[in-house]
Amino acid sequence: MKPFGALNGLAAPMDRANVDTDVIIPKQFLKSIKRSGFGPNLFDELRYLDEGQPDSDNSRRPLNPEFPLNLPRYQGAEILLARANFGCGSSREHAPWALTDYGFRAIIAPSFADIFHSNCFKNGLLPLVLNADVVSSLFDEMYATEGYRLNIDLQAQTVITPSGTVYEFEVDAFRKECLLKGLDDIGLTLEQAPAIRVFEEKWRAHSPWLFDVIK
Amino acid sequence: MAGKTLYDKLWDSHLVEMRDDGTALIYIDRHLIHEVTSPQAFEGLRIAGRKAWRRDANLAVPDHNVPTDAEERAGGIAGIVDPVSRLQVQTLDDNCEAFDIVEIPINDVRQGIVHVVGPETGATLPGMTVVCGDSHTSTHGALGALAHGIGTSEVEHVLATQCLIQRKMKNLRVRVEGQLSAGVTAKDMALAIIGTIGTAGGTGYAIEFAGSAVESLSMEGRMTLCNMSIEAGARMGMVAVDQVTLDYVKGRPYAPSGALWDQAESYWHTLHSDADALFDREIVLNAEDIKPQVTWGTSPEMVLPVDANVPTVEAQADEVSKSSVKRALEYMGLQGGQAITDIKLDRVFIGSCTNSRIEDIREAAAVAKGRKVATNVKQAMVVPGSGEVKAQAEREGLHTILLEAGFEWREPGCSMCLAMNADKLGSGEHCASTSNRNFEGRQGIGGRTHLVSPGMAAAAAIAGHFVDVRDFGGQA
Repeated sequence: MKPFGALNGLAAPMDRANVDTDVIIPKQFLKSIKRSGFGPNLFDELRYLDEGQPDSDNSRRPLNPEFPLNLPRYQGAEILLARANFGCGSSREHAPWALTDYGFRAIIAPSFADIFHSNCFKNGLLPLVLNADVVSSLFDEMYATEGYRLNIDLQAQTVITPSGTVYEFEVDAFRKECLLKGLDDIGLTLEQAPAIRVFEEKWRAHSPWLFDVIK
Repeated sequence: MAGKTLYDKLWDSHLVEMRDDGTALIYIDRHLIHEVTSPQAFEGLRIAGRKAWRRDANLAVPDHNVPTDAEERAGGIAGIVDPVSRLQVQTLDDNCEAFDIVEIPINDVRQGIVHVVGPETGATLPGMTVVCGDSHTSTHGALGALAHGIGTSEVEHVLATQCLIQRKMKNLRVRVEGQLSAGVTAKDMALAIIGTIGTAGGTGYAIEFAGSAVESLSMEGRMTLCNMSIEAGARMGMVAVDQVTLDYVKGRPYAPSGALWDQAESYWHTLHSDADALFDREIVLNAEDIKPQVTWGTSPEMVLPVDANVPTVEAQADEVSKSSVKRALEYMGLQGGQAITDIKLDRVFIGSCTNSRIEDIREAAAVAKGRKVATNVKQAMVVPGSGEVKAQAEREGLHTILLEAGFEWREPGCSMCLAMNADKLGSGEHCASTSNRNFEGRQGIGGRTHLVSPGMAAAAAIAGHFVDVRDFGGQA
């Protein structure tokens, strides 16, 4: 995983509450056995006017001219401004894969669905929670200002607006550390392999019916 | 000191290590694998040169992409028409072979939706931690297990380490007291709860479903209820172990027997919240107040009793609700204020990990018996949750009742719940569906999903529009 460094990025809107994972990446694209290449199908049903298929040539498909990410002013956006309960629905990690593949590095919303929230951190994508009033004011400023960029300092846990207003945010210490250093969870956990083995033997003695049954 | 909740007990018993930063390493007993969320995890293992920590903790089964049409299904993997689906199912086979993981293959009689197969085979048991790369893993909490969905990175993490890094959730108890009236089911209970607390109401919590109405549910009903925890925002939902649980588990192929059963049973008896346990939040519903539910919009919380009228934009309190109701009404092609019973159906889907178990099929057949699917309904399909459910239903003659009424009787799989296989809605079509999500495009681009119970879906198929199954007669 790539470390999450300093981010001064263009912000773009996804101005709806309860954006679900079917909206983020529709199911027909989940058939891929790869981890990359989902970016062109991010928000597919909102972004294009036709029905997208895994084998479609996305560069030839008609774009929805009203969808914000298709507007020139939001090209190159790295920060997505969103509303409450973003990422609700399925556990598909294809959702953060599509967002990062598109180029997003952070999402700011008043709240996130649990599984999506956790999946973001595994993919170098920062799901950042600010209170709903603050998010609303960021939306207003963004709509009023073309080229609206936010500065996100994960180390300091701050978001700084172009006018210099500083908003602090909370982030889990472990996840922050992993994001900052680009650490691989599995490698870290395997350092605790002896503790896992000790637990496993104790648990096997307690609940032997859980072991060696499926073989 | 206060007692422990069921969730506290399950958490504590699987805690390998608390870490200084407040996260915990939690041991995973059972990892269920399907074809959609696993290929990238196996690929990750392969790249890092890692293997499965404990092969007997895993069980794989293809479900999302498998065709449910008998003819296409007969050809096995090679017979899957869509090449992308075929490759994904084949990749699961290949990965299980390469990593020495037990797989129930496509045309094995035990094959089915992973959340039906787990409890049915005894692969998921009370007291376990159960995970799967699918958000409806919460289903297995019905057994008194700690069960939740995970993303693909966590699938890889569990395969490699048999553990997950977790932070403990808060405890929410949802108590439903009293008795459900005839024709009102666990599905209506689940939808009524979501209608009450909203799709984010359970975010950050582990839900325990309790109360006399929950205790009165069969295991199938409890699975339906726990299945939809995620639609209330909670990763996991669970029900305490009682005699209903034990009776269900006993004799399952992967369940313990003999002396081991006795040992397991005495432990499982402890799997309930202590009388003095503290919950961070509690919600109480009265079962008698719950009527058959129908979702009218594009989120499971957009749900109403069948005798209600769909909401109007004007009646919404704030701008965010106004715009979401407006958008939902437009997408669903409904007029604010119209009666739910005036919604006409184009298709009916009875199936999914929410409602495809034997009891669900019985409920649908009881309503359909001696009647015919309405002429305006183009397709009414019944997709059993597993080969075992299908075989049981056929032993009871339920398929004959359904076929005679004009329903299709399909091969097991996820099918039209998420339309990853060939089963999907056309644009603008209204579908009475026993699945769990009514998101835009979920069952096909432009498709309009209404979530209901199996009895309500069968009644809607016969009437051609929504009707109150309680007035319709014939329900079990």
